[in-house]
Amino acid sequence: MSTTGTSPPPSLGRLFWVFFVMGATSIGGGVVGYLRSGLVVRQRWLDDASFVELLAISQTLPGLNATNMSILVGDRLRGTPGAILAALGMCLPGAALMTAAAFAYGVGGDDPVSRAFLRAIAAGAVGLILMVMVQLGAKVLAGFADYVFAGITAALVAGFGVPVPYALIGVGAVAIWWHRPRGT
Amino acid sequence: MKQLFEIGGVFAYLSLLTVGGGMAAFPELKDLTVNIHHWLTFPELIHYYSLGQLAPGPNMMMVASVGAHVAGLGGAAVALVAFILPTGLLTFAVGRLWVRLEHWPWRPAIQRGLGSVAVGLVLAGAIILGRGALVSPFYVALAAVVFALLMLTKVNPAWPIVASGLLGIALYLV
Repeated sequence: MSTTGTSPPPSLGRLFWVFFVMGATSIGGGVVGYLRSGLVVRQRWLDDASFVELLAISQTLPGLNATNMSILVGDRLRGTPGAILAALGMCLPGAALMTAAAFAYGVGGDDPVSRAFLRAIAAGAVGLILMVMVQLGAKVLAGFADYVFAGITAALVAGFGVPVPYALIGVGAVAIWWHRPRGT
Repeated sequence: MKQLFEIGGVFAYLSLLTVGGGMAAFPELKDLTVNIHHWLTFPELIHYYSLGQLAPGPNMMMVASVGAHVAGLGGAAVALVAFILPTGLLTFAVGRLWVRLEHWPWRPAIQRGLGSVAVGLVLAGAIILGRGALVSPFYVALAAVVFALLMLTKVNPAWPIVASGLLGIALYLV
């Protein structure tokens, strides 16, 4: 697979390090923004056109966007080992922190002050999720039918306790059929 | 050892549900870890999820917290790898096939069809999270203010969430 970046492909060590730094500094979601400024602007490993192309794949497939992007960019730059190292670099800092958080929680999770903190950030997290949903919705809900599909999915899962795979496959199949290619 | 296999199985399965982002897997994450395996309580899961919003990197790195909560460091490692591997392999394979798929007529249909389902799944996740987290008018107001702030400004989401936490502590101490 040919490289479209404006700089030569990095060494594996350098690739891991750049993804590790992005994985450690991209606080508050929006990893895609960090990825673009890191990969396209600063390192010049990719041009904007390839970045958008890889992003489209990442967002279409299941999986976390940032992890998918790391795999695709790593593969494009340095093949299979590049994909593995980029994904590891991206995930390790956050995963290490969250592992440490679990141990800290075991020690101080019952402390009333930390409980007050945790309960309040949970409310904040609901606000964040709603914002993420509105942004995602603005991007993908293009017609009335799309809103219906989204509403039915949410009602099935949150209202009727239908397991996610059934809702995903059931509503997903109808929605894909609804948008099926017509004519040629 | 059996528990590590269970953790691996649960998170590999959840991995495949993350359509449109990690939140889509939240309803099933709750069901499996809280109701079926009793690895942790719903409030504990909510706390880890919320803390995860403050961690850098991809969201849902809180799967490592759940793994660690159940089975220590090994559990964290297994949960992380299991959560990344299935979709990672899929992405890797499709990434190499993409050139051929780019003009496949069903591609936009799949993208749009799954897109609306993904929004529905995120909404379902938000509702389930909200049922556990918004337990009094104070928390509802907090969520509404954070939502409004994030919609109206470009502030990094980590800040209003930390501010909510500090407000919660302040209210407790007063």
